[in-house]
Amino acid sequence: MPAIIEAKNISVNYGSSEALKNISFDIEKGDFVGLAGSNGAGKTTLVKALLGLLPLTTGKIELFGESEERFNDWQKIGYLPQKFSTINVLFPATVEEVITLGLLSTKKFPKRITAADRKKTKALMAELGITEQAKKMLSELSGGQQQKVLLGRALISEPEVLIFDEPSTALDPNSRDAFFKLLQTLNQEKGITIILITHDTGYIGKYANKLLYIDRELIYFGKFSEFCADHKMKSYFGEHEQHIICHQHD
Amino acid sequence: MEIINFLQYSFIQRAFVAGVFVAVICSALGLFLVLRKMSLIGDGLSHVSFGAIALGLFFGIYPFYIAIPLVILASILILKISEKAQVYGDAAIGVVSAIGISSGIILAGLSHGFNVDLFSYLFGNILAISNIEVILSALLSIIVMAAVYFFYWDLFSATFDEEYAKTTGIKTAFINNLLTVLTAVTVVLSIRMVGVMLVSALLILPAVTALQLSRGFKTAMTIGAVASLLSVILGISFSFFLDLPTGATIVMINVVFFGLAFVYKKIA
Repeated sequence: MPAIIEAKNISVNYGSSEALKNISFDIEKGDFVGLAGSNGAGKTTLVKALLGLLPLTTGKIELFGESEERFNDWQKIGYLPQKFSTINVLFPATVEEVITLGLLSTKKFPKRITAADRKKTKALMAELGITEQAKKMLSELSGGQQQKVLLGRALISEPEVLIFDEPSTALDPNSRDAFFKLLQTLNQEKGITIILITHDTGYIGKYANKLLYIDRELIYFGKFSEFCADHKMKSYFGEHEQHIICHQHD
Repeated sequence: MEIINFLQYSFIQRAFVAGVFVAVICSALGLFLVLRKMSLIGDGLSHVSFGAIALGLFFGIYPFYIAIPLVILASILILKISEKAQVYGDAAIGVVSAIGISSGIILAGLSHGFNVDLFSYLFGNILAISNIEVILSALLSIIVMAAVYFFYWDLFSATFDEEYAKTTGIKTAFINNLLTVLTAVTVVLSIRMVGVMLVSALLILPAVTALQLSRGFKTAMTIGAVASLLSVILGISFSFFLDLPTGATIVMINVVFFGLAFVYKKIA
């Protein structure tokens, strides 16, 4: 499988503080990667670097074989930020309008929304089961529904890669299970590559085929199954911690 | 009969034409500014306009010719101060605002001659607007409206979630600069209507009225524009018939609309 995201020796500094140090990995088409690490390990920084939101101090990122600076096909990458961390919930936008924003990566100046776009938005809302909420404001929805709207915004451009920053933080266990099953379907049936930041390394093991574990530097990148049998990881995490990560609980 | 006569006055016709244009651009830009928590940029830039108008009067140049470029520069300066000097946006507005108002006062003190003219800009008077000012207002308003139309979705996305907007390829730094420059032009145009003291009200009030009633962003834009237009039309009319200051009357009608929208939202 060809790598669609390649990080080569990347480092990111915030002033004099080193947030990421010399990290390298390749993500292949169809991967479902759980991105884990303790608080302050640099997970969100890494995702932001991949999305071009933060400049690299050193190293290089290639997206679909092209260096990130020259990459223009942003419709190939859908992003779902940490729930409402950057969104003004009082903003008077309807569900339909929010999802439409995801189409902007496919548009050239002057960006216009066509009848075909509206049809596509309606079809996606039906697929996600939020048709009845189309004219509602985001603030009027439950946490699970809001997450579906943001997923819709990420999916509408038909991306090949989806990047999530802790998408299940505000979800109850039932909504979380339903959400992850939906991601599994997108990964397995539509072949969408998924990178997902999580604290719950055990839970993500049910769905992800690879684990990317960082603590400012790369600790592990590879298949979940190999992580569980890796003696170096056993000595790094300790047997108990490694078992918890590999437990894949419900 | 009196109403028909009223509409035949050329100064009333000029006021309506300029007022309608300025009302529409104020409501459109105001919505983006309020949602970005940048409402007070209008206040800051109007203070800069005061200094720029004083500079124009001091050198005997038509004030708007000086005010438009200077206020645009000041708007960019506000952005740069907050970005480069790591100063909060409201503090950056405060710094630039202080430069504007204090330079205006110093120039007024030095001139001894144009204080009456300068202070007329503090409160505005759309009924005294000249033909050239109407043409200038219409042309610049059309440019502002065209920019909002062509960059509508970029402005919407960058205001709703700037970080996400960047991931869709939107040049958010350009969009932020564009919004600030358009606001600068709008502030200068609005000064003739309501004066330095009340410009920010023209930007903020239609937006907050719209936010009480809207069920979507497009609806908010429409409600804001209607509220702003009605305020200007009714404000000019009432001020003529009741012999009231026009700018303050326009603003007070805006306040009434906001009050009605607030009450409606509570009881609906």
